[in-house]
Amino acid sequence: MTTKNVINITVKVNGKDHTAAVEPRLLLVHFIREVLALTGTHIGCDTTNCGACTILLDGRPVKSCTMFAVQVDGREVSTIEGVAQNGALHPLQEGFKEKHGLQCGFCTPGMIMSTYALLQKNPQPTEQDIRWGISGNLCRCTGYQNIVKAVQYAAEKLSAKKETGE
Amino acid sequence: MIPKAFDYCRPKTLPEAISLLQQHGDAAKILSGGQSLIPMMKMRLAQPDYLIDINQIAGLEYIKEDAGYLKIGGLTREADLEASTLIRSKYPLILDTAFSIADPQVRNLATVGGNLAHGDPANDHPATMLALNAEVIATGPNGQRSIPIKEFFVSLFTTALESNEILTEIRIPIPPAKSGGAYFKLERKVGDFATVGVAAQVTLDGKGNCLQAGIGLTNVGGTPVKAVEAEDFLRGKPLDAANIKRAASLAAQDAHPSSDLRGPAEYKVSMARELCKRALTKALERANQ
Repeated sequence: MTTKNVINITVKVNGKDHTAAVEPRLLLVHFIREVLALTGTHIGCDTTNCGACTILLDGRPVKSCTMFAVQVDGREVSTIEGVAQNGALHPLQEGFKEKHGLQCGFCTPGMIMSTYALLQKNPQPTEQDIRWGISGNLCRCTGYQNIVKAVQYAAEKLSAKKETGE
Repeated sequence: MIPKAFDYCRPKTLPEAISLLQQHGDAAKILSGGQSLIPMMKMRLAQPDYLIDINQIAGLEYIKEDAGYLKIGGLTREADLEASTLIRSKYPLILDTAFSIADPQVRNLATVGGNLAHGDPANDHPATMLALNAEVIATGPNGQRSIPIKEFFVSLFTTALESNEILTEIRIPIPPAKSGGAYFKLERKVGDFATVGVAAQVTLDGKGNCLQAGIGLTNVGGTPVKAVEAEDFLRGKPLDAANIKRAASLAAQDAHPSSDLRGPAEYKVSMARELCKRALTKALERANQ
């Protein structure tokens, strides 16, 4: 294999800047897991289907197995590790726990990142909105019912927080 | 899955990107949304030596009406079509199509230009653009040229774009009053390629007869199909059940799918006929709204 160019990138991940020299073919998910050692983002199918590797890129959910790390140079990435604030679970994380939104848990980080973006855009989603929002995330355990309930739980909690000005 | 090593270039301007294409020719590929190209690179079905990332080039993401056309910038994301009030209010066929492509995460990156330039007959925008009689604007070393969509798809994964050209815009004639369209896609699950897809666009005249019809078919052959006979048949006729049925049969005659995991060829032809009927019926209903 001929040596190809190595590129310096700076990426803001969960609010913190990281600089690294990467090979262009390094996938974003490998950068996150192996270079930054943030292993909460999972690799499921590795073929853009399952959504286990979903992260937020400038606030929008994307599949990090289908991007190169060099593409996110200068941009902002959020992963599951950035969702809890000061040790307190995010209402979505709480919802997945309370409503049994996971069994094996493999899809959960991706589910949470997709629904995190959904709730930002649409704080009071209908059940259909939620199902549409997670249509790019596969779960092979729950049958989705409890995932929907978890997101509904979080939506209620977040809007109650907003009302009380917390 | 790890792609073959490549050199990565990130031009800031279109002339810079075109000069890189001139320099590297067929060894280079344009990286737009990457949602088809990167999976192909991971499977090593595509092994470019140079990847030219055009995402930093400003001014290629827009949706606007101008000089009689709806103009969509080549880098416009599918998610932006979904969110566009212009598309939502006036272009139901494009909205249907955007919603049916892959899944939310993919639509945040995937581009309309890439969906066409990839030249995959299983992609959804080609049929839509054939139904809408779009034009593709290619920008190369000598400036821009317009390619009518019916001349754009040459063969499987091959388009009329030259190796030094970039698809920079899609132009769709603004449909007159009393127009409507719809896209029907049969898929096994969200994110799958179409088993069959049918795009239909109709315009009615003062008497309610068909002034013009456009029909495109997804994933029924080596290239996306424009069902010209069915379109010609409908012109000047009332869009009643009998004529829609006849047009759907004519359109299905243009479908030459292969049997695969998604079903036998005969089934796909039947589905093309049925979806064409449904798409025309929905298009008519929307034209009358």
